[in-house]
Amino acid sequence: MTTETQNPIEPCLAAHEKFADTADGPGWLSDLRRTGITHFTELGFPTLKQEEWIFTNVRPIQEHSFLPATKPTSSIPAVDDLFFSELSGSRLVFVDGHLSHALSKFADVPEGAIVTNLASALETHPELVEKHLARYAKTDESGYSALNTAFIQDGAFIYLPKGKVIDEPIQLLYVSTDGDSNTATLRNLVVAEPTSSCKVIESYQSAGEHAFFTNAVTEIRVDESANVEHCKFQDQNEESFHIATIQAQLAKACNFTSHSISTGSRIARNNINLVMNGEGIECTLNGLYIVGGKQVVDHHTLADHAMPHCNSHEHYHGVLGDRSRGVFNGKIFVREDAQKTDAKQSSRAIVLTDGATVNAKPQLEIFADDVKCTHGATVGQLNSEAVFYCRSRGIDEASARRLLTHAFAGEIIERISIEPVRERLEELLWDRLEELIEQ
Amino acid sequence: MPGVFVLQETPEQSDFMSEALETIEEFVQSDYKYGFVSDIETETVPPGLNEDVVRLISEKKGEPEFLLEWRLKAFRHWQKMTEPKWPNVEYPEVNFQDIIYYAAPKKKKELASLDEVDPELRATFDKLGISLDEQKRLTGVAVDAVVDSVSVATTFRKELEKQGIIFCSFSEAVKDHPDLIQKHLGSVVPITDNFYAALNSAVFSDGSFCYIPKGVRCPMELSTYFRINAANTGQFERTLIVAEEGSYVSYLEGCTAPMRDENQLHAAVVEIVAMENAEVKYSTVQNWYPGDKNGKGGIYNFVTKRGICKGANSKISWTQVETGSAITWKYPSCILQGDNSIGEFYSVALTNNFQQADTGTKMVHIGKNTRSTIISKGISAGRGQNSYRGQVSIKKNAKNARNFSQCDSLLIGDRCGAHTFPYIDVQNTTGQVEHEASTSKVGEDQIFYLNQRGLETQDAVNMIVNGFCKEVFRELPMEFAVEAQKLLGVSLEGSVG
Repeated sequence: MTTETQNPIEPCLAAHEKFADTADGPGWLSDLRRTGITHFTELGFPTLKQEEWIFTNVRPIQEHSFLPATKPTSSIPAVDDLFFSELSGSRLVFVDGHLSHALSKFADVPEGAIVTNLASALETHPELVEKHLARYAKTDESGYSALNTAFIQDGAFIYLPKGKVIDEPIQLLYVSTDGDSNTATLRNLVVAEPTSSCKVIESYQSAGEHAFFTNAVTEIRVDESANVEHCKFQDQNEESFHIATIQAQLAKACNFTSHSISTGSRIARNNINLVMNGEGIECTLNGLYIVGGKQVVDHHTLADHAMPHCNSHEHYHGVLGDRSRGVFNGKIFVREDAQKTDAKQSSRAIVLTDGATVNAKPQLEIFADDVKCTHGATVGQLNSEAVFYCRSRGIDEASARRLLTHAFAGEIIERISIEPVRERLEELLWDRLEELIEQ
Repeated sequence: MPGVFVLQETPEQSDFMSEALETIEEFVQSDYKYGFVSDIETETVPPGLNEDVVRLISEKKGEPEFLLEWRLKAFRHWQKMTEPKWPNVEYPEVNFQDIIYYAAPKKKKELASLDEVDPELRATFDKLGISLDEQKRLTGVAVDAVVDSVSVATTFRKELEKQGIIFCSFSEAVKDHPDLIQKHLGSVVPITDNFYAALNSAVFSDGSFCYIPKGVRCPMELSTYFRINAANTGQFERTLIVAEEGSYVSYLEGCTAPMRDENQLHAAVVEIVAMENAEVKYSTVQNWYPGDKNGKGGIYNFVTKRGICKGANSKISWTQVETGSAITWKYPSCILQGDNSIGEFYSVALTNNFQQADTGTKMVHIGKNTRSTIISKGISAGRGQNSYRGQVSIKKNAKNARNFSQCDSLLIGDRCGAHTFPYIDVQNTTGQVEHEASTSKVGEDQIFYLNQRGLETQDAVNMIVNGFCKEVFRELPMEFAVEAQKLLGVSLEGSVG
């Protein structure tokens, strides 16, 4: 092919020039976008030579011409069949990266709280958006986060003033269609002021069959003694590509829980970064991935203990079938002076077929001496003694394996506190595991 | 997983802590015992590296054509390579043109017996506690001593020859057994392997060669002692161990260097080949000069060590105690090619003051039923930075491969760091990999317990640290285990966490 010589970033640069001319927004936002594109020009797309990307080849993404869509699509997918659509509470539906007012519903929120999309918030509360947007996630972490910043346009905006509590989970549903656009750039912002509390569900699903590229960045700020539970569910079609970053900035004595359930996409990469900037923080990171076919699912987590007396607990489980690949890279940083840190990390993966591969890199970097840090990683099959026990109780081997695999996945699901979500996920995962085991 | 207990601080304890701080101070100041320089005339080539230097080294050693070609190939490849930047260590760039690539103690004539070894040199080895005296058979260890890259003496050769064992310096092996060298040199660590291996391949000056014939169990421990003496030199030695079918050998390696203000480079390559049913045990006690307490001087220890379990049921076991060097950067690895072969890695790495270590292992499971064990103990004190970096790779055909890894870190003081970078890569469903790591400090309650049993704080720390390293020390041959314990004892004098 003669087009090989073209630098893969060029179409993006050209698209950005066009976008920058027409995009709405105040001056500071244009500056921010410009910073993003400058970083992107320097960084380009990640390659296998970069330590953070050595296991995940993103070449297939570049082989498609994914260009950020700047205009909302006209198609209206049927969302009632999608997961979690039966949940009560606010539901923001983003179709191909833009909010669809027709599909969204806004429930009542306590006084002062805001649940809306970024594009509207820029008009109604520009000062709040300016104060928080792009203050937590680095724009130069990778080419993709730079690209995301360059094309900031829409996403969810959730703001909770001091002491306000939203009980009902806020559902953010991102649907990709076979419409005129094949790319969604999403920028979500969640700000929870002191002692406030909310639950957010981000779910990424496909209403179409075609290849689609999602580039999402979610920034979460949790202030003193606030409580945020974040659940991310990704089940896009197997042609799609998904790159997402969750950046959480945590303050003193807050509580933060993240769940990441990943079953879809051809290549899915999730970065989950926590910065603990105060004492007495409790955070939990749960993850589950179930993949088959030629899927690649990659989780990079980072727990940065910058202050003393914080706890972080991390549990990731994976089930891999066919020729899929699972990547887990978990980092724990304990800075100097972050004494009395308690950090735990465990990553377990079950490989069902010979073609599947697991790359795990549980990483600890510790600069303080009075800490409790452990990590464990296992890759293998089901415990043969457990299988034997089931068989001794009269369960045939196939059923025993099925039972144990479900239990293995279930361990993560049961950590989700939002009951309807848990129930729906259990059903879904049951089916997915059956499919994988059947193969 | 070792439990860590944290007590609430009470007034008595803060006294206790200040005492601890004092003793840490002492620890930081403990001296390097082997820092003397011996006044031995050396023959050196001018600093710098180019094809002529490579040719000169080869010529000085009277090497056959194939080796010169091999060196030149390595050198040309090295020129195309860039220095790796990925290790978790920091140091100013090394200028490879400032280094002297060949320095040998001057010899007047061929030595017929050990009596003719330069008395100054013998005194050096006596000071180091290594006996070159063949009469002292009690020690029962055959030693090959290497000073500034050149082998100066090998003991017990005759005895070993009776069994067909070849144990000599690398240059002698090149002269006497060129076929063996040609067959195995570079078969485990090819010249293209990495930057420092390529450099070593181009300029290595000497080292040890060991060949154990079929079915022979080597009756004594074989040992190489490395010493850097001359200033501004780099030491590049090469060790090759070939264990034929059904043989067994235990090999020891020790090293020291004088105290100098500038950093010196040590880039060695060790290759081990184990055939069917053979077993090789390789132990290292590395005590190169670590630099002074401000981090000035010290050896850069950039070493490539790798063994291949070629035949079925073979076994390679690495044991290392790393207490010296300003920077240690090495990963003794095993390629488990033969079915049922076993790889083991036991390591204690201690970093104090400004020392940095990035060490670990690679276990590549290729054959069926291959097993590997990794036990790594990192101890950081002062401002030392200690990293474990290891890879366990289970390839597609490695049915029923099994790995167990455990890496524990112990921190002494609050300005040091411990890091773990394990890479796990599994491509087979029957593979089982377990990795476990923990970080802890010397528990105040543990010390308190030992105190109330009448032990001094210092002895208590020594005891706890020795207990922490026990799993590794018991893998060392007797002589080395004693030396290693003493070394740790010296380095940890008075330290409390």
